Amino acid sequence: MRIKLAALGAALGLVAAAPAALAQITVGVSLGVTGPGASLGVHYRNAFQLMPKTLGGQPVRYIILDDASDPTNAAKNARKLVSEDRVDLLMGSNGVPSAVQMAQVAAETRTPIMVLTPAVLSPNVLEWAVILPQTTELMMGAIAEHLKSKGAKSVGYIGFSDTWGDLVHRATESHAGSSGYKLVTNERYARADTSVTGQALRLIAANPDAVVVGGSGTGGALPHVALVERGFRKPILHNHGTVNVEFIRVGGKAVEGAVAVTGPLIVPEELPDGHPTKKVSLEFTQRYEKEFGAGSRNAFAGYSYDAFLIADAAVPEAMKKAKPGTPEFREALRDALANVRNVVGTHGVYTMDPKTRTGLDERARVLVHVQNGQWRLLK
Amino acid sequence: MTFDIASLLVLDGVTNGAIYALLALALLLVFSVTRIIFVAQGEFISYAALSIALLQVGRVPGVIWVLIVGGAVAAVLEAIDMARRGTWRRLPGVLAGYVALPCALAAVTWWAAPRGLSLGWQIVLVLALVLPLGPIVYRVAYQPFAKASALVLFIASMAVHYVLQGLGLIFFGGEGLRSQNFSDARFEVGGIPMSAQALLIPAASAAVMVALWLFFGRSLYGKALRATAVNRVGARLVGIPTELAGSLSLLLAAFIGAVSGILVSPLVTIYYDTGFLIGLKGFVGAILGGMASYPLAAIGAVSLGLLEAFASFWASAYKETIVFLIIIPPLIWLSLRSRHVEEEEDE
Repeated sequence: MRIKLAALGAALGLVAAAPAALAQITVGVSLGVTGPGASLGVHYRNAFQLMPKTLGGQPVRYIILDDASDPTNAAKNARKLVSEDRVDLLMGSNGVPSAVQMAQVAAETRTPIMVLTPAVLSPNVLEWAVILPQTTELMMGAIAEHLKSKGAKSVGYIGFSDTWGDLVHRATESHAGSSGYKLVTNERYARADTSVTGQALRLIAANPDAVVVGGSGTGGALPHVALVERGFRKPILHNHGTVNVEFIRVGGKAVEGAVAVTGPLIVPEELPDGHPTKKVSLEFTQRYEKEFGAGSRNAFAGYSYDAFLIADAAVPEAMKKAKPGTPEFREALRDALANVRNVVGTHGVYTMDPKTRTGLDERARVLVHVQNGQWRLLK
Repeated sequence: MTFDIASLLVLDGVTNGAIYALLALALLLVFSVTRIIFVAQGEFISYAALSIALLQVGRVPGVIWVLIVGGAVAAVLEAIDMARRGTWRRLPGVLAGYVALPCALAAVTWWAAPRGLSLGWQIVLVLALVLPLGPIVYRVAYQPFAKASALVLFIASMAVHYVLQGLGLIFFGGEGLRSQNFSDARFEVGGIPMSAQALLIPAASAAVMVALWLFFGRSLYGKALRATAVNRVGARLVGIPTELAGSLSLLLAAFIGAVSGILVSPLVTIYYDTGFLIGLKGFVGAILGGMASYPLAAIGAVSLGLLEAFASFWASAYKETIVFLIIIPPLIWLSLRSRHVEEEEDE
């Protein structure tokens, strides 16, 4: 009996080993496809439909879960993906708090994670992560330069009353000294507010030379419209969370002239021919719009796709050291991800810094403005 | 703070307060007649606001599917009920109300949406689409256990809220929508710029309140609702069916929600989940009014709007905290005063 069991065990072991021989890579993704972050999460998820069936030459399976924009769910998803689905790589999430939770689980379970939102991670967690999006400081640096070129001395700030509002505020503040302006207000609002009149009046009363908005998506339109309706005629600048076609649809004529910073994939057609990401950005934008409709281009889907491109470059390195499905492979993949060089993505050229685990530079930002109801490159 | 700013804030507060007041009335009405704390009130706002925004860009609002499927479920429940009782007398009425009407509305919407209706017809169509949802929700979610305790009904309300909000995300998408202004007219009163749109809200709100007052004071159905609110058992004894009262009060709630949604849609960006927060503030308004009197609830809601406007000027980061903090004193007062009359009634 015991021998039979042992034989059975051996047979099972062979069956279990079979997928490893095929070297299938499993990628676990958790995104906020519902809940408050849904308007971004849907785009992140859409991009996965455009990804090839292989990753670094190996067959790949993506398991995409919805965390309902809830950090607790994101952590639960990450845990489930690691323990039940035995993923080799985690990706997610579209909300900063959710991504932080996932990164913690990733570090704990020694699984590499590609963070798809500009989260700020603590050093012990950072070891297993790479962070794809441009840091808020990098992006707001372009806004600060623009403010400087316009000679703005006092700048008003209004942002979401959440982590995002804080991040954008901190980044705008960090460039204040070098760009010669002062932040004179720090107003807050929520996406679902029925009015921002109070905050708009406060901003106008402070009489700044320009206003920076720390909202995201259509949420950025509310203070912009309120300010314009109250007769504010000075520049209103937006962060990189804002740029999509819905912002213009919601804001209408009032947001004409709005300036924002974003990744190059929003305006690939207008980029100069020598721009390093022009080809990749343009190709992705065209494929995305073919699948999801004209004007559906957005920065968020680009991060998902760049995650694929970076992993695609890192997997062959890791394959040299170990087979997928093993702890050794996860560790090798972590190191490979943290050391990729010159991977051209839709947002920019990624050369990962093993210390900060971010990899984008000034080539990954462009200024755009709303012209005739469209986002155009600001030249 | 200058006079200009103060008066603009007052105007803003009254505008929002008028919306909250409408919702406070709806919540109070539903609560007093059926003992349901109708959490899903806000979903009617989102549905109406998003539907009108979609009609304006010539698209068919997905709310028609909620209507058709919801109506079908209600009809099946009715059919089971009738089979149990062995009488099919009410079948034609059920089919007309729960099956034919939703399908007809859907067909009209399908036909009309790409044709660019005038604003008036858009409003009529949105009202027609959202209104039947009230009775359908009552039939499906509440009528099967209308006699249960207020707590059970509240839990059912949470379920209804989540279901309707989830459907909202499926049918309207995660991005916000904003409809066009009813009127772009702007004018100045004493040096203060005003938009006709913002003035329309208090006016429409007042008109709805007067209409409700007339309905409750003059019409037979209104009196029946009042009778049910005063004493459910007594009302049944004199021939007012509890189901009718419940269905009717949710119809009114849907009407008020739809009107609020249509009014607020040009002012702000509405998301599929915006309505909940607006409804919650209406609820706070009703609590400020002691959850008992309509005029007090309306006054409570308008004060809430004013408080919100000034809070957003002085301390915008803490606005919601301030707004929701003020319900604590009235709640303490209510709980000290109440002798749990309601629970006794359930026994």
